[in-house]
Amino acid sequence: MTEDFFLRALAGGVGVALAAGPIGCFVVWRRMAYFGATLAHAVLLGVALGFLLEIEPTLAILAICLLLAGGLALLERQRLVPLDTLLGVLAHGVFAAGLIVIAFMEQVRVDLMGYLFGDVLSVSAADLRFIFAIAAGSVAALAWQWRNLLSVTVNEDLAAVEGVPVQRVRMLLVILLAVVIATGMKIVGMLLVLALVIIPPAAARRFAATPEQMVVAAAGVGAAAVVAGLFGSLEWDVPAGPAIVMAASAIFAAGLLVPTRSSSRRRE
Amino acid sequence: MARPPTAVDPESSPLVEARGVSVSFGRRNVLEGVDLAVHAGEIVTLVGLNGAGKSTLVRVLLGIVRPSRGRVVRAPGLRIGYAPQHVDRDPVLPMTVRRFLTVGAPATRGRLDTLLAEVGAGAILDHPLSEISGGELHRVLLARALLREPGLLVLDEPLAGVDVTSQSELYRLIATIRDRYGCGVLLVSHDLHLVMAATDTVVCINRHVCCTGHPRAITRDPAFVSLFGRHVANTLAVYEHSHDHHHDALAEPVPIDSGTRTNPDTPANDVRAAVERGPGRAPDDGIARDASRATVAPGLTESSERPGPDARGARP
Repeated sequence: MTEDFFLRALAGGVGVALAAGPIGCFVVWRRMAYFGATLAHAVLLGVALGFLLEIEPTLAILAICLLLAGGLALLERQRLVPLDTLLGVLAHGVFAAGLIVIAFMEQVRVDLMGYLFGDVLSVSAADLRFIFAIAAGSVAALAWQWRNLLSVTVNEDLAAVEGVPVQRVRMLLVILLAVVIATGMKIVGMLLVLALVIIPPAAARRFAATPEQMVVAAAGVGAAAVVAGLFGSLEWDVPAGPAIVMAASAIFAAGLLVPTRSSSRRRE
Repeated sequence: MARPPTAVDPESSPLVEARGVSVSFGRRNVLEGVDLAVHAGEIVTLVGLNGAGKSTLVRVLLGIVRPSRGRVVRAPGLRIGYAPQHVDRDPVLPMTVRRFLTVGAPATRGRLDTLLAEVGAGAILDHPLSEISGGELHRVLLARALLREPGLLVLDEPLAGVDVTSQSELYRLIATIRDRYGCGVLLVSHDLHLVMAATDTVVCINRHVCCTGHPRAITRDPAFVSLFGRHVANTLAVYEHSHDHHHDALAEPVPIDSGTRTNPDTPANDVRAAVERGPGRAPDDGIARDASRATVAPGLTESSERPGPDARGARP
């Protein structure tokens, strides 16, 4: 039960959860959930291009995500199609493109299921180092820009007038989100990676009275979901990625039964 | 047409100045060649119909939107306190009023208490931002702007969604703040009547500057009349001249319901305007203000259907 691969899976999953929860809070606060889903759909195209150009897949995924964010900023200027539709077009467009490019690569066998649904039990020691470097880096970046990030989240115009470099802060969020998606994809796969970004903050809101508490609680909920999901997967012999996401959803559902801190302090 | 007393020295260099500012989004010109200046100690109010470019002009002056032509000059080292028209306060972001106030810059609890008392917001520091009322939010936004000890205060529709009594209170508050801090104030408002009551300079825009001047003069400007309609202009003019011309209005046989006259100093012609607009509009202070509120809305609707061609011709 405490085999090495299982311990590595636990550590890797917890590492991704620690990075995803705090970024996820900003995704939830700023209503970027669908944007995150669009980035996740670009993972396959990134992997394929990584093989074609012979570069590290994670780097290729990052590059595609940033291109996508840039392209979206340009497309937002047209006013005929609303933003959520635009994101839907991009998400499915890049996903289909990824499938087609992979189908063309006859010389490389790609574990499609692994990318779609993750393969947490195959996490290597090198993967672990990478995951924890990413987690440490993204948490450090959030701490470094915390006040600016919060200011931009509350109101971008106010932040701009108060001297916050709004565009750079927004760019930082997009980069961090892309990094977390590219990393978390190894654990739960591209179709479920956004769950680790969104569900823990959604569950954490119930237990938080300040933004800082929510960020810490989101990281905690994510880590708890990884541990519970992996043990559940071992116990009942179900796929690990979906088990983690189910555990996170269960924590969210359980949290709904707890009264929120803010509404328990009714005014007057 | 006596100039209202004001501490503004028009020769001093402005806090912020737009020179020939044009902004276009795509092929749509939102602003064309706008000139505007705000001096220290001056209250300038931007008025104009919906879509006239008021908010865009404010964003240009704040440096958020870059003008496609022209330029904006700010006094060196100018600190701007800005209260936007709308702040998203989604309950998913757990944030108290106190945290909202200090997210830009730290401040002691004592300072925040004093400031909130000054803007009349009461003890709401520990309330969630998402649960305070619209009127409280306007005061909190004003407090956040003041926290920066600004040289220029920019308030975008500070009266939207505030009930009438609180509106006149808020306007007095803005004037008090100007007197106490000596800052310049740039207001955006579509409540013409209150604007006329508490402003040094009115700038009326409809993509370009239609007319600009002291409130008393501007209601007679043909460009103003053609933009807002004669009805609105006349109502405002009645108010402005109520103290020296009220006997003219009394010549008209209009029934006056003295029950609406809560303020004994209110000139009779203001009551006439109030009564004319229909019963049930009795204000609880300064009847004239309420009278205008009743007239402005239909006037705006009417004139927005035919944005007067004269307005352009009368451009200075």
